[in-house]
Amino acid sequence: MAVSSWIRPEQAGLTVKSRHPNSRFVIDALRASDRVVVTHGHADHARPGHGEVIATPETLAIMAARYGENFCQKRTPLRYGESLDMGDVTIRMEPAGHVLGSAQIVIDHDGKRVVVSGDYKRKQDPTCAPFKPIPCDVFVTEATFALPVFSHPDPDGEVKKLIHSLAVFPDRCHVIGAYSLGKAQRLIALLRQHGHQRPIYLHGAQQKLCQLYQDLGVDLGDLRPATAGEKGKPRADLAGEIVIAPPSAIADKWARRLPDPLVVMASGWMQIRQRAKQSGVEMPIILSDHADWHDLLATIDEINPGEVWVTHGREDALIRALGLKGIKARALSLVGYEDDAE
Amino acid sequence: MKAFADLLERLLFAPQRNAKLTHLGAWLESAPREDRGWGVAALNADLDLGRVKSSMVRRLATGLMDEELFAQSYDFVGDLAETVALIWPQGDAHRQQNYNGPALHDIVTSLQHAKLDDAEGMIKSWLDELDVTGRWGLLKLITGGMRVGVSARMVRLALAETYNQPVEDIEEIWPLLTPPYDDLFDWLDGRGTKPSAQGRAVFRPLMLAHPIDDDHTDSINPKDFLAEWKWDGARVQLASAEDGVRLFSRSGDVINAAFPELVEEWGWHGVLDGELLAGTPDAVEPFQHLQQRLNRKKAGAKLIAERPVFLRFYDMLMDGDEDLRPLPIETRRQRLLETVTAWQQPLMDVSPELEFNTAEDLQQWREQCREGHLNDGNLIEGIMLKARGSSYQHGRIKGLWFKWKRDPLTADLVLMYAQRGHGKRSSFYSDYTFGAWMDDGDGRRLVPVGKAYSGFTDAEMKKLDQFVRANTTNKFGPVRELKQTMVVEVAFDSIALSSRHKSGIAMRFPRFAHIRWDKPADEADTLETLKTWL
Repeated sequence: MAVSSWIRPEQAGLTVKSRHPNSRFVIDALRASDRVVVTHGHADHARPGHGEVIATPETLAIMAARYGENFCQKRTPLRYGESLDMGDVTIRMEPAGHVLGSAQIVIDHDGKRVVVSGDYKRKQDPTCAPFKPIPCDVFVTEATFALPVFSHPDPDGEVKKLIHSLAVFPDRCHVIGAYSLGKAQRLIALLRQHGHQRPIYLHGAQQKLCQLYQDLGVDLGDLRPATAGEKGKPRADLAGEIVIAPPSAIADKWARRLPDPLVVMASGWMQIRQRAKQSGVEMPIILSDHADWHDLLATIDEINPGEVWVTHGREDALIRALGLKGIKARALSLVGYEDDAE
Repeated sequence: MKAFADLLERLLFAPQRNAKLTHLGAWLESAPREDRGWGVAALNADLDLGRVKSSMVRRLATGLMDEELFAQSYDFVGDLAETVALIWPQGDAHRQQNYNGPALHDIVTSLQHAKLDDAEGMIKSWLDELDVTGRWGLLKLITGGMRVGVSARMVRLALAETYNQPVEDIEEIWPLLTPPYDDLFDWLDGRGTKPSAQGRAVFRPLMLAHPIDDDHTDSINPKDFLAEWKWDGARVQLASAEDGVRLFSRSGDVINAAFPELVEEWGWHGVLDGELLAGTPDAVEPFQHLQQRLNRKKAGAKLIAERPVFLRFYDMLMDGDEDLRPLPIETRRQRLLETVTAWQQPLMDVSPELEFNTAEDLQQWREQCREGHLNDGNLIEGIMLKARGSSYQHGRIKGLWFKWKRDPLTADLVLMYAQRGHGKRSSFYSDYTFGAWMDDGDGRRLVPVGKAYSGFTDAEMKKLDQFVRANTTNKFGPVRELKQTMVVEVAFDSIALSSRHKSGIAMRFPRFAHIRWDKPADEADTLETLKTWL
């Protein structure tokens, strides 16, 4: 029987449903659902208001920190490597290397195996377990940076750029825009690895999750709040220091507290120079928590699945490239619909 | 190549002009002698690589990868050089880090002399060896159009600062130079003499005027100055020499193709400074008419007939090879008047001197600007005052030339939209769109009539920013729509008809005069009122 008869996209999200009455669950559900398996804590994947949430203990902790303790009715923690039976469907969590707690969902049913990668990356990240390739029949891959232009450089080189800039501009406050879950902590950990032991200052929105990372055993060193100076004047003591804030805050009112800020942005999108320039960034740091083009293709080669389903992003390019290599691939949004037509 | 590519990247991301100048200076000081000229040429968009064009870069890329994947990539990035730099196979990162790539001058001269097929091979091998920034720089060089936010003027400023020469001297000889500017660098390095303009029609740096306002007129003694009208046209310079006649814009660009009727040889050599005006010497027309000519790079016979233009001179810089600039203005004016009168050229005349004895006389002349000294009140922007006995000096010299603009018009208008500023203002909503009331039968509503981002103090900007944040009714991307309550007195120089704007009018030089915290929005001015100033 076709795999798409028991796993296919529905309005609530990618849904698993065999004939067994206890088998139904949705992965990273978009709308409130009875039972949801969550790949990782980013807001577009982990939403509040579900019945049961199955996720890694770290992801559950992140959701509780973001949405409050009552973010769902029932939490079912599932560690990496642990499995859970739901009727005749078995699921298992394996590391995805995206952010702390991020997991691939390995789903076994009817002698077939589907692996849903969630968001993943292959490059170095001291704050989370590395991606583990799992052989499977269908690999459901992300496609955020699925264009040949995305070839993310070695993170070490990017962090060195930042440290070099601190030496060249010792009087300027380096304010770095970074997403508050994952990117901020990875950047801090990389800076620490490169010997930057000075306090790092945080925007209010970054503090809670950094604290949670520290509580979960990820050492981020001396972190302090980037509170405002007196009477709205810039804080002179932040000159030459690193401040991390959400991307939306670095060019806004909030940043007025910083002395002569040098605006840095840490993101995979920074690879496109003209785009980085247009966003008002003075120093782009190319640091991505997603697999780049080469890693997407190399990972699929390594796993060698029977078929690839591509989630939204730049799926056209990835499907095209896989097709040229003779690998069966299609857009996840069309899975099931094409079969009906056949 | 690596060093030049790094420079391009630094220039692209440097937010301020001063930072860009610093980067340019550092590169000029460290670059090999043979590279400097080609780098400057590339930044000035003055580099000719013969038959090597962007289409070759495109071909290289599609030879490398599936055409559809390339098309999707190019679509996403939007810049050919950058797309190809990014998709080119990554070489050995470690090797690339310590590799400087081929020298800039080698690249340029090889490409200029290479056969097309050979050039393709060369570019390929360079791309294989360079890192991504190096590839990007090389491909920008080939595709032209650096897009790194550096003007030709900025490059000349950097040269002046780096080699400690007055920028005006560099401006003056610039039109004589061609890449790689060996004669320029020989002079700057102290190995040669300054290139000379003798016998060539080249641009001479302009003398500029300081603005004055009513508060400062008391300190000006009328006896020390000559007065002329400040015409509402475009400042130009006409140069004629053995190598031809050239009309230059105020920034030194040759605009012959746009005004062919003004650059016919008429048997005189020298340099004249003046105003390009619409109409004829007997019937000057408003600036808008001139605008139609200025918008075109080339003018055809029909446009020339429909929108005539002429030159009204007020200074003479060179007469043949004689440099008149050190002479007093009275002498220069005399020579100008005699010379131009003798030609009897239909499209050239001399701006008259305004006779006056007292400050009151002067004030009267100024009042006539708006009221219509000539038939139309919109032809004269104000009065120019030029110090008696002064020589012609490039730049804006204190105390010599003044422009005394006519009083601005003002209107009370309602703030409608706000947008963030740039640079230091990037966290403030400091760019404003304001509107006037219009009644088109469907009821009374505001229609946007202009935009301004100056005329307020820093303290006022902060208060306006607070107002914007507290009174936003809608957001369209970066633009905030505002509650229609805040009235601003806007000063502007004139109003013209415009088919581009919904209101049908366009304001010239609008800026804030006062913020009317007190005034209710429904008492602001109407579009009808604004149109009375047309």
